[in-house]
Amino acid sequence: MNEPLLQVKNLCTSFNVDSGEVRAVNGISFNLDKGKVLGIVGESGSGKSVTAYSIMRILVEPGRITGGQILFNGEDIVQYSKKQMREFRGKRVSIIFQDPMTSLNPVYTIGNQLREAILLHTDRNHEQANARALEMLQLVGVNEPEKRLKQYPHELSGGMRQRVMIAMALACEPDILIADEPTTALDVTIQAQILELMQSLQKKMGMAIIMITHDLGVIADMCDEIIVMYAGRICERGTADEIFYNPRHEYTKGLLRSIPRLDAGHTRLIPIAGSPVDLTNMPKGCAFASRCDNCMKICLSELPEELDINDFHKASCWMNVKQVYDEAAAEKEADSK
Amino acid sequence: MSEYLLEVKDLKQHFPIRTGWFSSKPLKAVDGVSFEIKPGETLGLVGESGCGKTTVGRTILHLYKPTSGEIIYNGQQITPQNIHNFRQEMQIVFQDPYSSLNPRMTVSDIVGEPLDIHKLYGTKGERADRINELLRLVGLNSDHARRYAHEFSGGQRQRIGIARALAVNPKFIVCDEPVSALDVSIQAQVINTFEDLQEKLGIAYLFIAHDLLVVKHISQRIAVMYLGRIVEIADADEVIAHPMHPYTQSLISAIPIPDPNTARTRQRIPLEGDVPSPLNMPSGCAFRTRCRYATERCAQECPGLTEIGPGHRIACWNPHE
Ligand SMILES: Nc1ncnc2c1ncn2[C@@H]1O[C@H](COP(=O)(O)OP(=O)(O)OP(=O)(O)O)[C@@H](O)[C@H]1O
Ligand SMILES: Nc1ncnc2c1ncn2[C@@H]1O[C@H](COP(=O)(O)OP(=O)(O)O)[C@@H](O)[C@H]1O
Ligand code: SF4
Ligand code: SF4
Ligand SMILES: [Mg+2]
Ligand SMILES: [Mg+2]
Repeated sequence: MNEPLLQVKNLCTSFNVDSGEVRAVNGISFNLDKGKVLGIVGESGSGKSVTAYSIMRILVEPGRITGGQILFNGEDIVQYSKKQMREFRGKRVSIIFQDPMTSLNPVYTIGNQLREAILLHTDRNHEQANARALEMLQLVGVNEPEKRLKQYPHELSGGMRQRVMIAMALACEPDILIADEPTTALDVTIQAQILELMQSLQKKMGMAIIMITHDLGVIADMCDEIIVMYAGRICERGTADEIFYNPRHEYTKGLLRSIPRLDAGHTRLIPIAGSPVDLTNMPKGCAFASRCDNCMKICLSELPEELDINDFHKASCWMNVKQVYDEAAAEKEADSK
Repeated sequence: MSEYLLEVKDLKQHFPIRTGWFSSKPLKAVDGVSFEIKPGETLGLVGESGCGKTTVGRTILHLYKPTSGEIIYNGQQITPQNIHNFRQEMQIVFQDPYSSLNPRMTVSDIVGEPLDIHKLYGTKGERADRINELLRLVGLNSDHARRYAHEFSGGQRQRIGIARALAVNPKFIVCDEPVSALDVSIQAQVINTFEDLQEKLGIAYLFIAHDLLVVKHISQRIAVMYLGRIVEIADADEVIAHPMHPYTQSLISAIPIPDPNTARTRQRIPLEGDVPSPLNMPSGCAFRTRCRYATERCAQECPGLTEIGPGHRIACWNPHE
């Protein structure tokens, strides 16, 4: 068995604020294999971005990794020095954000920024870096690439800026690309272009992608595996088919019920009641309990453990444990008859 | 009396953009838009950002003075002189629940303000009763009235905005991306609120959004805009199932569908390039620079909206299934 490219083990990340400790990421573990696309979904504030920033080690104050390991090819990057991290970022793992302007510097030309990124992470010389910059812009489908190299970020449209950011993130052929809501700010037709581009580049370059989004449509389109996050924890994980057609956590079920469908006739949407939990004051048991229609007594006192639903699917919900017991009891009764 | 609550005829909104010291150029944000809305009906308005959706909504309410065209409400033409007579009938709900409410006002101030402006109560007690009733209508309660807007979540704030719009008993509301900033599960709550209110109070909506799943869900009819013009308008199911304008076809094929089986089998009709600048509109059909069916005629003449089926109109010289 090959070792996974990335192993996140019991990662905890917190922000110490006046009102207490915000446990943004609260003990999550997952693996990412080479060349796979992993999707992370969850509501706003569930810890998706903080997970990404933890892996990149780009948390802003007062954010801090308080526990766990992030193993890249078996090496724990949490222990890396600043210098090692600079090397690691861009070359091994790159990130693209929802707003391209957060990674593009408004005062430098596109060409300048692309070239600098390439020079920093590869041993190409100036001329080779220039050639590579042009090649990358062509690769991401920016029209008139020679002209774009001389332009500034604000002179480009939103879709084009997102392409440039992808070019920059991929210029050094990282093993992992983390995309944090890369298309949320874009129109659907441009979004389709960008997702298509990411898929084709992923196949061409064989990199792995962590796709963070709240859009279940984007997830269904792109991902081999899906992680569903709720209140800083992973509540369910599995293949796209398992998550969409056989959801086994009450939050995931609620999420799937609450979205409008294109094919459906007019049926009323079923919203998830209540509001998100306060991360500084996490309940003792299941974090979703206050919003869950099927909440049981045990849910209020005990954290549900993660149970294997099948080989491709795990969920952390007491309902699954109950089901196992109910089925066993039913079998016993059938036997005794 | 016409069967329509609102009729918009050949509406234009051109913003002068300075191009030099003494010269300016019109930015044709809305360039000849016509549609009708029946009482109690929802018309969805979709299209890429910058195509003029917000401008249509604001111009109807005379928040911008129209460059030309007619806006007829209940058979009466709205003009800058008489718009104040319609302010009570027509309201707007904005996209951003965070910036559209004043954080220093309590919920009761926010919802009560239009009541004060239009003097819609006799006593203090009547005012408080009405505020509580409005909060209940949108799924909030009277305990919320004394709190400040910033203490609420995005979905709750959006509902405060809706309660405020409802205060004057409008018959028509422009909803400009009212759920775009919200999480999906919260989005569902707010969409249901809009639907309940329509059923209870018979309000008509112009529902602007870029999320086609949401628009399809809430609208009886959908109008698709491209660069300041409507290119297709029909029943919601018809637009989604049988789009006839090449732009609509691409738009619909680009919607991310939350269903892995559909996602695997579906054919995209990719659109090349970006939307042209509205300062530099292509001649003829504005979509021709990205259209796979464009012919010579498309560069010369701008197609008007033409009926191609019952209640189904498109603006295209070469329609294809
Ligand atoms: N700088 C910070 N200071 C304090 N708390 C923070 C900070 N950044 C994030 N948090 C908290 O960490 C939690 C997780 O945030 P995160 O940004 O990961 O959410 P997300 O899942 O990416 O949400 P969204 O979908 O809105 O992007 C939230 O409760 C957030 O308020
Ligand atoms: N007040 C204004 N002055 C000048 N141009 C404007 C103004 N409001 C909107 N525009 C322009 O009009 C076009 C349509 O804008 P808008 O109606 O906001 O689009 P949408 O709501 O569809 O995204 C855009 O090109 C926009 O930049
Ligand atoms: S563990 Fe209990 S409260 Fe949590 S989602 Fe499952 S049933 Fe609901
Ligand atoms: S009129 Fe011509 S360019 Fe415009 S949409 Fe139709 S075929 Fe395409
Ligand atoms: Mg985020
Ligand atoms: Mg708008």
